[in-house]
Amino acid sequence: MLSIKNLQAKIGEKQILNGIDLQVNAGEVHAIMGPNGSGKSTLASVLSGREDYEVSGGEVYFLGKDLLELSPEDRAREGIFMAFQYPVEIPGVSTINFMKTALNQIREYRGQQALDAVSFLQLMKEKMKLVEIDQSLLNRSLNEGFSGGEKKRNEIFQMAMLEPKLAILDETDSGLDIDALRIVANGVNKLRTKNNATIVVTHYQRLLDYIVPDYVHVLYKGKIVKSGSKELALELEAKGYDWIKSEATVA
Amino acid sequence: MSKSNQVLEEITSKEYEHGWTVNLEADEAPKGLSEDIVRFISAKKNEPEWLLEWRLKAFRQWQKMVEPKWPNVTYPAINYQDIIYYSAPKQKVKPTSLEEVDPELIKTFEKLGISLTEQKRLTGVAVDAVIDSVSVATTFKEKLSELGIIFCSFSEAVKEHPELVKKYLGSVVPMTDNYFAALNSAVFSDGSFCYIPKGVRCPMELSTYFRINAANTGQFERTLIVADEGSYVSYLEGCTAPMRDENQLHAAVVELYTMKGAEIKYSTVQNWYPGDKQGKGGIYNFVTKRGLCAGDHSKISWTQVETGSAITWKYPSCVLKGDYSVGEFYSVAVTNNYQQADTGTKMIHIGKNTRSRIVSKGISAGKSQNSYRGQVHVMKRAANARNHSQCDSLLMGDQCGAHTFPYIDVENNSARIEHEATTSKIGEDQIFYCLQRGIDEESAVALIVNGYAKEVLNQLPMEFAVEAQKLLALTLEGSVG
Repeated sequence: MLSIKNLQAKIGEKQILNGIDLQVNAGEVHAIMGPNGSGKSTLASVLSGREDYEVSGGEVYFLGKDLLELSPEDRAREGIFMAFQYPVEIPGVSTINFMKTALNQIREYRGQQALDAVSFLQLMKEKMKLVEIDQSLLNRSLNEGFSGGEKKRNEIFQMAMLEPKLAILDETDSGLDIDALRIVANGVNKLRTKNNATIVVTHYQRLLDYIVPDYVHVLYKGKIVKSGSKELALELEAKGYDWIKSEATVA
Repeated sequence: MSKSNQVLEEITSKEYEHGWTVNLEADEAPKGLSEDIVRFISAKKNEPEWLLEWRLKAFRQWQKMVEPKWPNVTYPAINYQDIIYYSAPKQKVKPTSLEEVDPELIKTFEKLGISLTEQKRLTGVAVDAVIDSVSVATTFKEKLSELGIIFCSFSEAVKEHPELVKKYLGSVVPMTDNYFAALNSAVFSDGSFCYIPKGVRCPMELSTYFRINAANTGQFERTLIVADEGSYVSYLEGCTAPMRDENQLHAAVVELYTMKGAEIKYSTVQNWYPGDKQGKGGIYNFVTKRGLCAGDHSKISWTQVETGSAITWKYPSCVLKGDYSVGEFYSVAVTNNYQQADTGTKMIHIGKNTRSRIVSKGISAGKSQNSYRGQVHVMKRAANARNHSQCDSLLMGDQCGAHTFPYIDVENNSARIEHEATTSKIGEDQIFYCLQRGIDEESAVALIVNGYAKEVLNQLPMEFAVEAQKLLALTLEGSVG
């Protein structure tokens, strides 16, 4: 589904990604871990098409298409969804209205008809139930005055609505208490199918107790320095990142 | 150049949608302004002697006045002798029914999306159509007159209801109120008149559409709305003009008068030609709008969406004379390219327990300048007056300006005045968030701007709200920097 080869990226003159190789297949969950400043969020941003970063080398293919050639909105329409670490507020625009606009633009791109009000409402009700979110939250201005938990839950609701092929969760666990974490993780798990894939970007292992990854990759200084199964995450939790750092430096 | 800036360039080069002209034969006055022209206009309209005298008095006063220089706008001096003060689409006789109206005229309004054919109107909106300076057709007149509602052109009101016109003309905006009001009083050619009798709730939206068509013409219309005790009316005003290289002057006067327990809701979607991308051409919109809450418990509510004009100078105001009267002002003013807007309101609290509310949302893009100018004045006997003002500015790009000039004068200690102001920019983060959900940049800006202006747009009647939303999006799409 997603094939990243030797991806390099910089912001201004500062090189942040130094050659990432990653292969993600349908049905898989990959966790990207690593210490602060290792390039985790940069990777997520580059994949979603944020302009602040300049890709200086390598290639990324998504479902056979050259991802780096696509605009951010077309990437979304092709099926990439990013759950933001810091979802932004848009005053005066309800989540419902926002989703209606997004969904219909995506459908238009795919040559599908816009959903009528009744079908949209039906879809919304179904997804609300799935991710356990209250309609009163969706009627409010997008993320305005939301708690940290509400913002993240709203991200997962949007993900449910848009049914992406590849979801990238960028530090979704940050700022969540354990109950909120469980609800968010439950939502993500319910949305897993053999046809879609998830990349979980996180600093801590605890999210991976709930969203169990098939693969764990450790990112350090802009490179994947170690890959393994979910046990690797537990090892990191026990030992911290220092042994990875020294191993990487020696190598 | 960032992508947003490119989009800004592309979008702002969009053509003004209503920039066409129609070949209408016009009956025009010679250029320039003098007592003779005032007499000419009055004679053209077969006016009674008292109205001619009123006009001449206004003209003589105007000659002694000077153009106001305090607004935060700049423009070359206007040559008042280079303007045609009267232009009427040529019609042999005044039409008595729609069938007799020049088909070209009907077509003109259909181009604007306004059907004058009554059966075609969707949800009961009665329309008075004013082209250049003359009212050409009023719909639903008979249905309204069954309720005793008078809704007609101003000239017709002068003929049919002189006692009402004589009583209320200039009662809210005195002829010498200001330079442009005096000019209008001297040369106004037509407009709309409306009277809602005691206890009647007008069952449909009343609407006037103004269109400037002829070149070198000033448009000076006058609207007078009188709501008798306990009545209610909602009134809509829309305006467009063709694209022309030279600037055209529009100096209207709108007077609203509410008696005890009456309410007038006045909504405007102003889309005069704003000039081109270089700032050439466009309408100078110098308008005096004021409402008088004469009776106790009366209410006047102004809602405006200002997107057009090269220069806007406009302060729809409320004089809260009756005890417990209420004044409201909801405004969205958008400027792009080289547009300049100096707009706001005045809330004059005279009666006891009077309340006013101001919500102003300015949006500036391109190289435009957008100023809010508002006055809240609490007079000595206005015990327990209350005002809440909220002025927000949204900036797009880095070459525009937003300014706020609030004036607060309080002469009574029991008053409670609150003023809130914010300034914000559309963030790259907001745009990116939308893009990542599959929404393109133009739609993202439209979404964000409409969200920002929602509080005001919600005040508009349904028929207008949709139009206003589209207009906002059209004026601003992609103007992010």
